[in-house]
Amino acid sequence: MKIKAPDTVTFTKSGFCPGCGHGLAVRLIAEVMEEMGLSDKLLTVVDVACGSLNIESWKFDTVLAAHGRPLPVAVGIQKVRKDNPVVAYIGDGAAYSIGMAETMHCALRNDNILTIVINNSLYGMTGGQCAPTSLPGQVTTSTPHGKDPKKAGMPFKVEDAFGGFESIAYLARGSMTDAANMNKSKKMLRKAFDKHMAGQGFCLVELLSPCPTNLGLPPLANIDWIADEMMKYFPLGEFRGGA
Amino acid sequence: MEKLYIEPDRCKGCGYCVRACNKEALYFTGNVNQKGYDTVAVDDEKCNCCTACYRMCPDYVFEIR
Repeated sequence: MKIKAPDTVTFTKSGFCPGCGHGLAVRLIAEVMEEMGLSDKLLTVVDVACGSLNIESWKFDTVLAAHGRPLPVAVGIQKVRKDNPVVAYIGDGAAYSIGMAETMHCALRNDNILTIVINNSLYGMTGGQCAPTSLPGQVTTSTPHGKDPKKAGMPFKVEDAFGGFESIAYLARGSMTDAANMNKSKKMLRKAFDKHMAGQGFCLVELLSPCPTNLGLPPLANIDWIADEMMKYFPLGEFRGGA
Repeated sequence: MEKLYIEPDRCKGCGYCVRACNKEALYFTGNVNQKGYDTVAVDDEKCNCCTACYRMCPDYVFEIR
């Protein structure tokens, strides 16, 4: 089987750390866009975070929104560019903490936006602080003795918050820890893009992603940690619109 | 005949591909690239072009053609 990463992401080298999951997620988006013939039409909105490094390493038209606010910017873009796919590419900190109000109201209004959340269980670019998705006992730069669930709460699960929203088009969680899960995650993204292009409403795909630099783990130990620890709290699957 | 091609200058030495390879065809060479990362190479005798390394590579090092 002949295979080559799409030119939309390979024309230059990425600036991500070794083992970073952004490179994997970006390639999945580029592959799906190539399959659907939408590589020239995709409009993306990125956050002030590691995901913003894509602005020079992918060929898609991109807007860099204020921190945590790619979703309202994406909604604005979608209102005037109704025929283009519009993706808000954000991290777990932006989606579930800094921009939680925006995420919540986009889902409530069922805006026709495709949200891709890269969940690495902490804040990446700012130096690995505790996020709502951090696991109990997880050592981060702001919880050096481990996250205490009594003080900081249990990890935020998007399916608990939005799984009951009957109107939203698609809600799923994939993982980027091995080749089989990469294929499953790609199918989720394809399904989400299909629903998005059909104008069915709010789609959110969360991808569990390694962040070896801030977790202080070698890349391979990081994907083991995701499989062994993170997936206990973040089950994979489709929670809305899967059928 | 299909063959796996590697672009060592893109490689950051994470090792995801070495783990993903069921045929144990990929290995670290000990040679560093321009950025100073240990890079991978393939044993063509063992490789069956299954694409698992391509799927797990965050830096688009692999191509099968």
